[in-house]
Amino acid sequence: MFPDKAVAEGLGQAAQLAEVQGRSLWKDARIRFFRNKAAVVALYMLVAICIFAFFGGWAAQHERDAIDFALSGPNAYKGVPSFATGHYFGTDADGRDLFARTVQGTRISLLVGIVGALIAVIVGTLYGAISGYFGGRTDGAMMRTVDILMSVPYMFVLILLLVIFGKSILMLFVGIGLISWLDMARIARGQTLTIKNKEFVEAAVAIGVRPMTIILRHIVPNLAGIVVVYSTLLIPGMIITESFISFLGLGVQEPNTSLGALISRGASQMQYGVIWQLAFPLFFFIVTLFAFFFVGDGLRDALDPKDR
Amino acid sequence: MFSYIIRRLAVAVPTILILIVMSFMLMFAAPGGPFNSERPLSPTVMANIEARYGLDQPYWKQMFDYTVNVVTRFDFGPSFQYRDRTVNDVIAQGFPVTLKYGFWSFVVAVVFGLGLGVVAAIRHNTWLDYLAVGISIGAQVLPNFVMAPILVLVFTLWLGWLPGGGWNGGQWQYVILPVIALSTSYMASIARIMRSSMLEVMNAGFIRTARAKGLPMHRVIWKHAMKPALLPVLSYLGPAFVSMVTGSVVIDVYFSTGGIGQFFVNSAFSRDYSVIMGITILVGVLTILFNLVVDLLYAWIDPKIRY
Amino acid sequence: MRLLEINDLTVTFQTGDGEVNAVNGVSLGIDAGETLAIVGESGSGKSQTAFAAMGLLARNGAARGEVLFDGQNLLTLPQKALNKVRSTQISMIFQDPMTSLNPYMRISDQMAEVLMLHKGMSKRQAVTEAAQMLDAVRIPDARARITMYPHEFSGGMRQRIMIAMALLCKPRLLIADEPTTALDVTVQAQIMQLLGEIRRDFGTAVILITHDLGVVAGFCDRTLVMYGGQVMEEGTTEQVFAAPSHPYTQGLLSAVPRIDRDDDELATIAGEPPDMSHLPAGCPFSPRCDVVRPECPGQRPPLLAFGAGRRRACHQPWTEEA
Repeated sequence: MFPDKAVAEGLGQAAQLAEVQGRSLWKDARIRFFRNKAAVVALYMLVAICIFAFFGGWAAQHERDAIDFALSGPNAYKGVPSFATGHYFGTDADGRDLFARTVQGTRISLLVGIVGALIAVIVGTLYGAISGYFGGRTDGAMMRTVDILMSVPYMFVLILLLVIFGKSILMLFVGIGLISWLDMARIARGQTLTIKNKEFVEAAVAIGVRPMTIILRHIVPNLAGIVVVYSTLLIPGMIITESFISFLGLGVQEPNTSLGALISRGASQMQYGVIWQLAFPLFFFIVTLFAFFFVGDGLRDALDPKDR
Repeated sequence: MFSYIIRRLAVAVPTILILIVMSFMLMFAAPGGPFNSERPLSPTVMANIEARYGLDQPYWKQMFDYTVNVVTRFDFGPSFQYRDRTVNDVIAQGFPVTLKYGFWSFVVAVVFGLGLGVVAAIRHNTWLDYLAVGISIGAQVLPNFVMAPILVLVFTLWLGWLPGGGWNGGQWQYVILPVIALSTSYMASIARIMRSSMLEVMNAGFIRTARAKGLPMHRVIWKHAMKPALLPVLSYLGPAFVSMVTGSVVIDVYFSTGGIGQFFVNSAFSRDYSVIMGITILVGVLTILFNLVVDLLYAWIDPKIRY
Repeated sequence: MRLLEINDLTVTFQTGDGEVNAVNGVSLGIDAGETLAIVGESGSGKSQTAFAAMGLLARNGAARGEVLFDGQNLLTLPQKALNKVRSTQISMIFQDPMTSLNPYMRISDQMAEVLMLHKGMSKRQAVTEAAQMLDAVRIPDARARITMYPHEFSGGMRQRIMIAMALLCKPRLLIADEPTTALDVTVQAQIMQLLGEIRRDFGTAVILITHDLGVVAGFCDRTLVMYGGQVMEEGTTEQVFAAPSHPYTQGLLSAVPRIDRDDDELATIAGEPPDMSHLPAGCPFSPRCDVVRPECPGQRPPLLAFGAGRRRACHQPWTEEA
């Protein structure tokens, strides 16, 4: 062996190490995320659920609001899941195809979760970033407002809103989104307080960039990590909220449906031996929540590595 | 300490007032009043009713009277729906029920949640930890409206051990299922928060100091780690309380326990605004008071918070 | 018998990026009443050596080898017996006085519990004794301030409290892990002076772990230099400073700025500190060494005695005037 080669190898190793340290935050996070098996499995599950919710309708043999009178009312117990009849998940108490209804319910639940989280994240991030960046009295007043709104029993207010302005999906989207931005605002503000003292923000201030531009160009992009993590954990919360309201019958209205409404219907029928009416929606509800929680946890661990 | 309480109360009072005014304004933004629903009433009858409920007064006068009545006499006015009852009657009937199973749910969630979290953290990466994490992850996707039917299915329909609904004056058989259904997901969250904060505290420098002093492990955990580990749980209890009160609506509806939640939903369907408002305000006031207690506990534990 | 003797100590951590060897076969010893400095840059394994000896490794760490205190192997001692050794025989003070005192407990409670546990004192007795010890480390108005919380003291005061707490049971060995690193320069000098007095008054042996060579020079009898989890060289402080025998020590000493020389540029050691999860099989310093030899990266130099009670680990032959 050439003596120089051994030395060179040692140096090469050192150079390799320097390269390893040079990975970017996002690349690093991606590697950590894909090392987390639970999170990766959950991600696949999530993709599968989305495919089911948005394209599952093509596989359905029946319209979701077509009533099969032979299987409704007192004959509901005959609507067992079967491939022969095309009712893969059976029929509900009114003789409607549960497969088609579950597809639609999952879709609405996902949409409410994602749109609601989106509204909450946009409003919350901007509010928190503005409050944290300006600081002083503005911050005091804005955060005091959040404190006050936090102690409002929001679900009651949301129900009040639905009762007053009518039970529509749109109202549900807006209502759920608008009451859940408070936590996001607090988190974004806390992060902004540390970011705004960084050199690149001071540099931007020094060359006279306008405050709103600094917030949008320098602060908000640096909040991205925490926002991404928080919103994946927010979506299942939104889905639970929507299902809660639909369970009470105050959310999505017939003939439309959501997972909460389906669970509610199934639960009210279960003593008649039609357990599938509860089982299928419940299964999709639980799997969806699980998937979101695990992906969210995986993202959090990937972006903020700590021994938990 | 005393002046701290006063200052916190000084914030709580305007919060309650804002809550009252807000819900009142919402109510008046509603299209149509409570009485012009299905059956049209003759104008004279309508005028009589409106006079009886004070609806012929200008809005600001109604709001003022309502606020004064609520604040000075805890009087939420008459129910629009049940003609012979006041909102206070409704609350007096439903609230004790909600309070009873709500209290026990809270106790169960906190006690079992903390226990599970501490055990998991101390036995980190053992089967006990995995079990505790498993339970808390599983319970996280089982909110009250999912737990309720599952419990009834198993314990009422299959095993026949416990009644699937009713209240019967609060006999214990009737309380168990509502308590489990309501507390499970909060127990899970508390366990998760407690576990991760305990793990974090156990890595702190002062825990290493305590161990270097030769203290036995149980003393390190109880005397040194417990207080700081409890702080994150404490800040979760405020939101958890709100969310449990909300969850009681599902419990009341599903188990027909007859708590305020049942009245709330019935009123929501029949547009009985005064009952909805009364319950919303009651819950809001409870929330604010509960948060006050949490803040005081926080200040008591953390010496760095100045009163 | 030596007071403390560490033989072939290895510390490994299980991390998400694989196994990390923080300490690789370290051997050292200290006699009663002696002072030993362990010097090295951050990540050289000097703190982990001390933690392993006290049984204070993080949860994912494991120690192999032998740590003999009074002939007793601390690594295999049952938890209960180890707890008796801690504080009464060996005490430790840590780098950051801000985090090493419990912010949620009064100083009096934190100090008294040591005496109550090890000496069986009543609470009142223990607090009185603790206040006396605070007096001894010159905390003004100790009797009144003992009931305060850590955040009500300055950094230097907190380190004094830590020292007082470590001395409560008059241990025979005090391990000071970077006791002055987190403090202001003026406070550093006061703390070192205090440690010197304690050593004189109590006859305690002291292991001083530091990366600050200036602190070592005036304080320690012997000096041990660590790099990459291994001992590079050991000798009396005078020998090591006057005639460093290892290329790493030579580099380290020439990097100390001096006012008696007119240097235009500060000397540095080229390269990066070692990545503990990918150490070369041979000498850990070889990638940065000026006089590296072909065998260095592949073959670990043994730690051999030479001269008057000195030891070094280097393939380069030793010449007196190097």
